[in-house]
Amino acid sequence: MPMDFVRSLRGYPVRPPVGGISRRKTIWQRLHIDPWLVGLLLLLMMGGLVVLYSASGENLHMVIAQAIRFGVALLVMLVLAQFTPSALMRWAFPAYLVGILMLLAVEILGDIGMGAQRWLVIPGVVRFQPSELMKLAMPMMVAAWISRHELPPNWKVLLGCAALITIPVGLIARQPDLGTSLLVAAAAVFVILLAGLSWKFIGVMVAGAGAALPVLWMNMHDYQKQRVLTFLDPESDPLGAGWNIIQSTTAIGSGGIWGKGWLHGTQSQLEFLPERHTDFIVAVLGEEFGLIGMLVVLTLYLLIIARGMWLAGAAQDTFGRLLGGAIILTFFIYVFVNIGMVSGILPVVGVPLPLVSYGGTSSVTLMAGFGILMAVHAHRRLLPR
Amino acid sequence: MRERRETLKNPEHASRTFRLRAALAAIVVVLLSATLVGRLVYLQVIQHQTYVTRSENNRVRVEPLPPTRGLIYDRNGKLLAENRPTFNLTLVRERVDDLDATLELLVDLLDLPEVEVDEFRERSRQRQRPYQPALLMTDLTEIQVAKLALNRHRLPGVEVQTQLLRYYPDAEIMSHALGYVGRINAEELKQLDPGNYAGTHFIGKTGVEYFYEEQLHGRAGLRKVETNARGRVLRELGHTDPTPGADLTLTIDKDMQQLAYQLLDGRRGAIVAIAPQSGEIIAMASVPGFDTNQFVTGIDVKSYRDLQEDIDLPLFNRATRGSYPAGSTIKPFMSISGLREGVITPDTVIFDPGYYQLPNDDRRYRNWLRWGHGRVNLERALAVSNNTYFYSLAHEMGIDRIHDDLLDFGFGTRVAADVAGQGDGLLPSRDWKRARFNQAWYPGETLSVGIGQGYLQITPLQLAAATATLANRGHWVRPRLAKEIGDNPVPVNLPDTPPDIEIGNDSYWDSVFSGMQKVLSGVEGTARRTGAGLQYHMAGKSGTAQVFSLGQNEKYNAAELRERLRDHALFMAFAPVEDPQIAIAVIVENAGGGSTHAAGLARAMADAWIIDHNSGRPVDDDSAAAGDDLAARREDD
Repeated sequence: MPMDFVRSLRGYPVRPPVGGISRRKTIWQRLHIDPWLVGLLLLLMMGGLVVLYSASGENLHMVIAQAIRFGVALLVMLVLAQFTPSALMRWAFPAYLVGILMLLAVEILGDIGMGAQRWLVIPGVVRFQPSELMKLAMPMMVAAWISRHELPPNWKVLLGCAALITIPVGLIARQPDLGTSLLVAAAAVFVILLAGLSWKFIGVMVAGAGAALPVLWMNMHDYQKQRVLTFLDPESDPLGAGWNIIQSTTAIGSGGIWGKGWLHGTQSQLEFLPERHTDFIVAVLGEEFGLIGMLVVLTLYLLIIARGMWLAGAAQDTFGRLLGGAIILTFFIYVFVNIGMVSGILPVVGVPLPLVSYGGTSSVTLMAGFGILMAVHAHRRLLPR
Repeated sequence: MRERRETLKNPEHASRTFRLRAALAAIVVVLLSATLVGRLVYLQVIQHQTYVTRSENNRVRVEPLPPTRGLIYDRNGKLLAENRPTFNLTLVRERVDDLDATLELLVDLLDLPEVEVDEFRERSRQRQRPYQPALLMTDLTEIQVAKLALNRHRLPGVEVQTQLLRYYPDAEIMSHALGYVGRINAEELKQLDPGNYAGTHFIGKTGVEYFYEEQLHGRAGLRKVETNARGRVLRELGHTDPTPGADLTLTIDKDMQQLAYQLLDGRRGAIVAIAPQSGEIIAMASVPGFDTNQFVTGIDVKSYRDLQEDIDLPLFNRATRGSYPAGSTIKPFMSISGLREGVITPDTVIFDPGYYQLPNDDRRYRNWLRWGHGRVNLERALAVSNNTYFYSLAHEMGIDRIHDDLLDFGFGTRVAADVAGQGDGLLPSRDWKRARFNQAWYPGETLSVGIGQGYLQITPLQLAAATATLANRGHWVRPRLAKEIGDNPVPVNLPDTPPDIEIGNDSYWDSVFSGMQKVLSGVEGTARRTGAGLQYHMAGKSGTAQVFSLGQNEKYNAAELRERLRDHALFMAFAPVEDPQIAIAVIVENAGGGSTHAAGLARAMADAWIIDHNSGRPVDDDSAAAGDDLAARREDD
């Protein structure tokens, strides 16, 4: 029994029943949960709460609210981990379709907030951002589509992918939410790349994307253009959007190697930092815990990603591998874009730092993703490889 | 199924591809992470000292310099909205040691009523940036300023600032047209450009102030200042001046607006007057009005509730949003439409027995004169406001053509170029009824629309705009409120102007005008009393709109109830017929018949504009006088 537990911790499959006598499963296997990954995620969440306490101006209510959200998110993860990959595959299309319909609904009757229509509101019941659903439904759908056909995908399959991607991404971009639309597109593109798209094709796509940039620029909203311009020269708009970047780099830079100490970041505590408990929370981390703190958190993220990749690779079918791989790579993109933006090497787009930034929806979506990842790994068909 | 099997045939290959790609992805992940680490090392190790300096004496501060809001004048340069210097109470939270105690002391000193204290506390918490003063109270009295000065040593972080506050000298008569500014609320804050509005506390909420917010506001400037650790300014390092907001000259004539307001004073209603050739709105009054200055400083809860619950609805802009049945004022437009579609000519004659019947229908649609007007042509139909003629016309046109033709006059649309909060009124059609009630259109309903009843609803602004277009012989000029923005005159031809209304025979306009003229000066004209003694040619049409329901107001006494069930009086007119200078729409709620209760108001407006005000047109015409005599004699009978 102890040996079994250790084996399960390493992610080894427990042997299929031999001779009709079933071996006892560990609790983790019964729950279809990967303890290493959950452990790492919990560590990250706890760290996140510590930073949040400081970033929120020592607001305990906010920390508790966030902890409750984490609880909900873990529950969602647990539930999703119980699905078998084939069930997920069956659900891919319905989920995708529902996502599209809800995006259309937002398009038609969406609540207008912040100059963008993103929310679907049933008054008094729920406020929901359909693009969050798409973050998972999109890679599921594309993975299901590709794994249905021969690998590597031929051009017909790819054309199908293009159609599957364009519709929701276009709808989200129209909201307008350029950041999210790119993330959703990225999730799908990762599936295709992992499926073994030929290098020639990748080259053509990169060239195509380069050519599309000017077109994209011309179709951007003023505030989006402003963000890019501000990124290129923050000093041009010191009162408006440039303020964020100037203040966040100052916060991080002044943290030095060891940091100013928890609750002692002057930039953060004197409220020079805008949105310091949401998108810009990394600046608080950098200021108060210094380079060391940043490296610890970054390492934690990389361990999660490494474990996630391993789980995806160990999945038994193509669908699971592709989906798991795409989910974990998208997770990395979040981390990279957020830290890159706050430290001033990427333009400001509204991407929170996974499981650290204050906010419910994104945590739930992320943990749902991890639930799917565990589902594709834990449910093994008893087929010879 | 076939393809599925193929995949399974070669699972080893697929898995290998995945591993290869996953390994590549891992390399990219590591490279990008290394980039981040590199950036962090650059910020936190290499540039560390720079940022420490920058952060420790985070001393260079950028302060916004709010622009001065543009003034608003009437067409003759009379001031309608100005900026008055006032004292404001502000608080910089970073410099207050004990916020609660300070607020307590302030409440005490200023003698604030209990209801305002919470709002006061709320305001001390909302602001945009550190060391940014939060606005606690506007418009302090001299006594309050003196008390604060005496206690200054006990109130660190609290400052009295002078600020320009909006003031409307003629608040009540201009209330709906001009609108007002008020404190920026949280909802608006989200929509605003934070840089440009960093130092601005007020924003246009309604009317012209709302519509021309961008132009009136101007661009904020900024100054860089050096401060000490407590946030006190030590010296200025440089600054960019703000661009003040543009002054606005309106097309409104203050005297005419005042006259319109006085004509309606004590009643409920609206008057809109437009100069047809230029589209300039000379007056746009909705009565009762209210004191907009209350909203600038922040109206107290009780006064606001009183305004909101007043059964006369003073906050409601009747001129632009009020929906009324058009009554007979629709008849000139129906006439033009009938002539345009070739359904009638000026010579078409019908016989009116006092009612109209649809083929195969027993129901009698009645004329207002029980025994009928006998033989009626177009001019007479207009002059005596014959219903039977227009039932017949409406029936022959059908609702589809009526809808399309009235749409060309702007009914059912937002006609004015720069009037905020315009209502649509209601121009019914088959499709509308299908969508609204899921019912077919009945022929009887067409007849109702033909005399301006039924589903048809118009706003006073729409009626005035349509009258102006009629006066222009179908040439559209979009009504507007702005004459000059800064030094730039607003052009007569604006984009999105509806196409002109073309009729085959130009003399048809004259026929309709002649009929409308007879309303005021013909022997049988419905408004001949009002037309007596006219010194110019005026064309008009009265209307009486039935009030169908009371709506939700149910708590009045019986006398009042009866008053509010009376018909609305309407009148539309333009003058002089040969060279139209003014087009007018008048609606008086629950006043009774339009010819007796609204026509006089329209005439007073026209008299003021054409004779007194413009001191323009020579008063010549004998025939007009002759007509008057006739009319007068007739009325004596």
